[in-house]
Amino acid sequence: MNKIRIIARIDVKNEFVIKGIHLEGLRKVGNPNLMACNYYDNGIDEIIFMDAVAAYYDRNSLSDLIKESCKNVFIPITVGGGIRNIDDIKNSLKSGADKVAINTKAVTNPNFISEASEIFGSQCIVSSIEAKFIDDGKWEVYIDNGREPTGKDVLDWAKHVEELGAGEIMLTSIDKEGTKKGFDINLNKIVAQSVSIPIIASGGMGKSTDAVELLKNADIDAIATASVLHYKIETIKEIKNTLLEHNIKVRK
Amino acid sequence: MKISVIDYGIGNVRSILEAFKNESADVTLTSNKSEIIKSDGLVIPGVGSFSHGMENLISYDLVDTIKEYTSSNKPLLGICLGMQLLFEESEEFGHTLGLGLIKGKVVELPTNDNQNEKLPHVSWNEINSKNVNWDKTILENIDEGSDMYFVHSFVAQPKDTNQILSLTEYSNHHFCSSVKKDNIYGCQFHPEKSGASGLQIINNFIKMSQA
Repeated sequence: MNKIRIIARIDVKNEFVIKGIHLEGLRKVGNPNLMACNYYDNGIDEIIFMDAVAAYYDRNSLSDLIKESCKNVFIPITVGGGIRNIDDIKNSLKSGADKVAINTKAVTNPNFISEASEIFGSQCIVSSIEAKFIDDGKWEVYIDNGREPTGKDVLDWAKHVEELGAGEIMLTSIDKEGTKKGFDINLNKIVAQSVSIPIIASGGMGKSTDAVELLKNADIDAIATASVLHYKIETIKEIKNTLLEHNIKVRK
Repeated sequence: MKISVIDYGIGNVRSILEAFKNESADVTLTSNKSEIIKSDGLVIPGVGSFSHGMENLISYDLVDTIKEYTSSNKPLLGICLGMQLLFEESEEFGHTLGLGLIKGKVVELPTNDNQNEKLPHVSWNEINSKNVNWDKTILENIDEGSDMYFVHSFVAQPKDTNQILSLTEYSNHHFCSSVKKDNIYGCQFHPEKSGASGLQIINNFIKMSQA
């Protein structure tokens, strides 16, 4: 088994880190670059910067932040939000990102994923899927940072993005996001069973044992958390120690 | 002391440049032949496919430049695809010739079919010396079993196994995660993305270039 990656998810709005509940009711919690540096210094394995308002403006505005961060942060960086065309990806990678996370544009034009993965390689294309629970074993895909329903079934969509060449899936549970009540284990479990690319579970982690609960039940490669770190509920070291105590391998 | 990172139109090189700057090196991204030959340390970066990488080195007319540089015995570091290109040939998309600076070939990372292991291998993973002495190499002062960041589907197999500097285990197979032939080094992982241990490797390479 691979080492489980612990990823800090940093949602950014107008140069501030923000945090909401169910991706709504956003409040400012800090400076994105300082927070990224701090998490790096304390042993985080990866950073994801999400432009939370990119959908409004139809573009990603994080290039300057990425350029600044990669002067001090020497681990993989993913950028997402408002990635709409091949030039957006080029710009993000040129700014120092290693991967881009794509949601809205992939839904409106699925060929964008295949085109992007052919040009840049699957390893740098993350399909970001925002999932909202509908009914027993069914979740619906949302776009525009959790605002717009699409009518698509999450499971079908996950299989489809894998076929299209996505290298990873970041699976965000809108129902759990920001609640600190634990991951949507069923969602993660079912999607992980249906695809063979790595899955980053996002949304709901309120303490390290939530991650243990998820990893014992679902074949997940990485967990993304915002609240636990932004609100200093536990340190990165404490999270990793809890996982190690439960025989889950992490980077030292 | 000047380090050159070869610009051949491949991949994201900003992090490599920033990592060298972070370790106080005078580093330039260049495809200028005389600048490359005059530099004290040379880095071949790269992500993507072997054939695309080699095509670009040829179209930038840098193959002979790299060979000329290495004939001086100054340090060279190939990172990820840059390491693979040091070898004679690759099986990726049929058959492609490489720089041939190190004997051996590049093959798909072996996995256990029944274990459902994933390719590409995208993960932090440990490098082990298997009793090779890392002193006076780019891995000097790196702890045995340190975690490095890997993103790849292919691996290099040096013909002379004494040139293997470290091994890494994936899917019950051990592959060559770094290689050394005289002053030519390659690492399959990304030192510029591997936190403090990765920066130590870059620092070691800089010191080597000063010598």
